[in-house]
Parts: sequence; structure tokens; C-alpha cells
Amino acid sequence: MASQLHSVRVPAPGNAAVATTVRVRGLSRSFGDVQVLHDLDLDIASGEFVALIGRSGSGKSTLLRALAGLDRQVSGEVAVDGTVSIAFQEPRLVPWRRVADNVSLGLRDSDPRASTAAALAEVGLTDRAKAWPLTLSGGEAQRASLARALVRDPSLLLLDEPFSALDALTRIAMHRLVLSLWERHRPAVLLVTHDVDEALTLADRVVVLTAGQISHTCLVSAVRPRDRNQAYLHELRTRLLAELGVDREGKI
Amino acid sequence: MPGNRPALVEEDAPPGAAGRLVAVAMPASAAQAASVTTAGQPLGRRGNTGGRRGTAVLRLISPVAVIVVWQLVSHFGLVSTTTLPAPTQVWSTAVSLVTHNSAAYGTLQGNLLVSLQRVAIGFAIGASIGLLLAVIAGLSRLGETTVDPLMQMLRTLPLFGLIPAFIVWFGIGDAPKIILIAIGSAIPLYLNAFAGIRNVDPKLHELSQVLQLSRRELITKIVLPGAMPQILVGVRQSLGVAWLALVVAEQINTSAGLGFMMSQATQFLRLDVIIVALLVYCILGLLTDWLVRIAERRALSWRRSFIA
Repeated sequence: MASQLHSVRVPAPGNAAVATTVRVRGLSRSFGDVQVLHDLDLDIASGEFVALIGRSGSGKSTLLRALAGLDRQVSGEVAVDGTVSIAFQEPRLVPWRRVADNVSLGLRDSDPRASTAAALAEVGLTDRAKAWPLTLSGGEAQRASLARALVRDPSLLLLDEPFSALDALTRIAMHRLVLSLWERHRPAVLLVTHDVDEALTLADRVVVLTAGQISHTCLVSAVRPRDRNQAYLHELRTRLLAELGVDREGKI
Repeated sequence: MPGNRPALVEEDAPPGAAGRLVAVAMPASAAQAASVTTAGQPLGRRGNTGGRRGTAVLRLISPVAVIVVWQLVSHFGLVSTTTLPAPTQVWSTAVSLVTHNSAAYGTLQGNLLVSLQRVAIGFAIGASIGLLLAVIAGLSRLGETTVDPLMQMLRTLPLFGLIPAFIVWFGIGDAPKIILIAIGSAIPLYLNAFAGIRNVDPKLHELSQVLQLSRRELITKIVLPGAMPQILVGVRQSLGVAWLALVVAEQINTSAGLGFMMSQATQFLRLDVIIVALLVYCILGLLTDWLVRIAERRALSWRRSFIA
């Protein structure tokens, strides 16, 4: 499993040079007899974009829920510096609140109306502010969900496969939107995905989760916007797929 | 409906989960809430506005036919007017009950006002208690274990069997009547609101944790609006029981109210007065139902079936 090119092991605890937003040590979680996370360590630097990939059942969502504070039955240390926001896989808009009221839900802010309007403008939904969530398209709903996450000015933004239900064209537009929002606000991001290309398009660092442990970490140093046909990205992609257990012939 | 995707339905969810979510987004009450728009057909209101008036007229056909037949039966003497007074006679009785303050009955509007007041107070008390208990039981295990068994017991209790006990406990004034109406309307509202609260998508509960909503925000912005379709079904049932309880309660030891009017009429064998009172009950029932429907249209305008 050791890799030679552009990839590193998990950084040793305690020697991070930049400020860390997320510090996870010895995180374990079992559901009954099944241990989903196994003594996991992870650091995310402030402003760093990390993609977490893994096959289904590898513990991605469990890790994300632990970071979001939604799972209290974990053991180990989970420390997040600052506020956490999350955009779920399904946009999870409250259907009986209009788009703007979804964005401002629970917002404690000196001027919630203005910051909501600003967030909606950033995701291009100003004209849908008064719409009911059930009338939105999939892409619009996901953008509203992003606005709701960003309006809280999070230091850690968790993205739980937010693009997996979107069509290919909308997904590309969403990738661009997320990158521009990230560049403007610079939260640390943890993107959970099972799309290797998506991870390589967006992230500074790709972390592979296998059976509840981080089995592989690779830094992606290519400048953005990235052309996925670059030889360098192609190389990384092949190796990540191999890590995930898919060989060159596409056999599993 | 291309491009319109219900936000609560998750494409990637396992089939079972998706089914459950759909059920939450469009609760069973869609069927009961219906006839506002046709239930289960999320076609919106387009083209329906013209048809609704037509339907309203068509719906009058059968009641009108009954009245015509009834009048003909009396007119040709098929049934004696002491057994069944003719509609025209009922109408003139109604008019005189409104215009004359008789010693035996008082006025129709005076009795109506007293009855309305009893229902309004009883329903307000009962509905508030029912809703409060549903929130307590719906949001905590402890609440459920303490409140729910009691409510389930009360549910099976024959309400009107309580009347003799109520007279002993609360006398013969307004108190036992209002309490009877309150208990009667608290139970259906509790049962429906409790089920509605439990049916609110747990994912929204999780969302409220992420957004760090306060308990109060959780209740007023997520739980109650989410349970609203079911709560409104409960309100309808509660109002039905409230009217029923009123009729029964008012026939015992009253000096005013529609029920009083009826019990007086029974003593004087005035079937026409009884029929007037019964028709007033009918109209009141229809009226409250109509009010609840208006409330439903307002409160549930976010639902896809209500969106044009």
C-alpha cells in the first residue's frame, strides 16, 4: 500500500505547522459488534480542502457525523476549532419554510436578513428567495443548502456527498461554485464523496478510508481550475482507484 | 413534473427509507385534507378554479332533491305533519323562533350564541391541552410514558357515560358541559398531533441539531409545522366531537342553548322546533369544517399539491 509519488502517510500528531481546525485522535465507533471507525487520526489545517473517499460502508458518513457533533457515542478525541456547518447529501431544506427562511433558520447574527440575502446572492438564488423548497430543482435546492451552511461563516464546512444526486452538468457547475465560495471564505472543508474525479478536481488532499481507518493520503498540488486529463491527475486517479480496490481493467 | 424534485425524497436512499420519506412529505392527511384539491393528484389548482364553482352547484343537487321530496310527501299527506312537519312549516317555525322571544324557547339566536360560547370555550381549553400533551409526549420518552397511557385510557372511555359523574362533581351549571366538550376535543387532537409529531422527518431533527436551534425554535419552526397536516385532521375531528358533546350536554339541566331548545320541544312534542335545532347543528358543523379547510389551505400552502 505504500506509495512513492505525491503521497504521504497521515501526518504524525502534534507537529502541524499551520493552525489546525480539526484534530481527531483515536476515534472509534462501533454499532453493535461492527466496528465502523477504528482508532482513527485526522488533522485538517485551517482553510484546507480535504476530500474523504472510500467505498460504501468504509465509515465516511460516521466520521462526518462525529465531526458534526451528531454522534455522541464515539470514543476518542474530536476537536473542532470554531463553528461547523454541513451540507447534506439530500439538501434537507425544511419544506414549509421559504428558501430565505431556510437559509436564516437558527441564524444568530446582528443582521440575519442582510447576511441571508448576501448568501443567496453568492449562490445565485436571489430571485428564488421566496420560493417554496418543493418548487426548486435539484441544483437550486443544493445551492440553497450551501447558502444555509455558508451564512453561518463556518470554520469547518462538511459536505456529505452533496453533488451525488445531481446530473453531470449541474455537478460541474456546483464544483465551480463550491471552489469559488471556498476561495472567498476559506473555511476548512471536508468533502465526503465516492467520486475520485470529484475529489481530485476539488481537494488539496485526498484521504482514503478503508474499514474504518485512513489507509492512504495523497496531496494534490495541481493549480485550480484543474484539467482532469492532466497526466499527473491521471496518475493519482489510477492509484486512488487501486487503493479503493479497482484495478486498471476496472475489475473490483 | 420535470425539474420539480421533492426536497425530502432522496434519490440515493434505500427504497424503504425513500418510501417513508415520501410518506412524511405527503402524509396520509393529504387524503383527508382533500376535496380542496383532489388528493393524491399533485396537479395543482390549474384549471380547477372554474370547476370548483360548478362542483359546488352540483353538490347542492342531492340536498335540494331531499327537501323537494320531503315537501311533496307532506303536501300529499303521505305522512302526517305531526310525524314529519313539512319544510315550509319548519321554515316558518325557524322564522318565528328568530323573531319572537317565546317563554318556552327563548330566541334561536340567543340559544345559538350560548351554545357557540360553550363550544368555543370547551374546544379552546381541550385543544390547547391536547396539543400541549402531544408536544410533551411527542418530544420525550419520559413524556410519552407518562402521558400516553392516560390518553389511551381516556380514548376508550365512553365520554357520555361521564355525564352523571360530572353532574355530581361539577353541579348543573356550565362547568360540566364545558369540561365534557374540553375532554371530548382534547383526545382526537392529542392522538393526531402526537402521531404527526412522531412522523416529522428525523432528518429535520438532525438538521436542527446542526443549526443549533433552541428547543423553542425546534418546536415552533420544525415540529409543529411538520405535524400541521395531521394536527389539522385532529382539529376537524375535535370540532366534530365538540358539537356532539354539546348536543348531549345541553339536554341536561340547561336554561339556554340549542340543546335546551330541543329538550323543551321534546316536552311539547314540537318536532318542527327539534328539526330547526338539528338543521342549525348541521349548518354549524359544515361551517366549522369549512373554516378548518381555509386554515388548511393557508397553513399547508407549501405542499406541492397546493402549489399551482
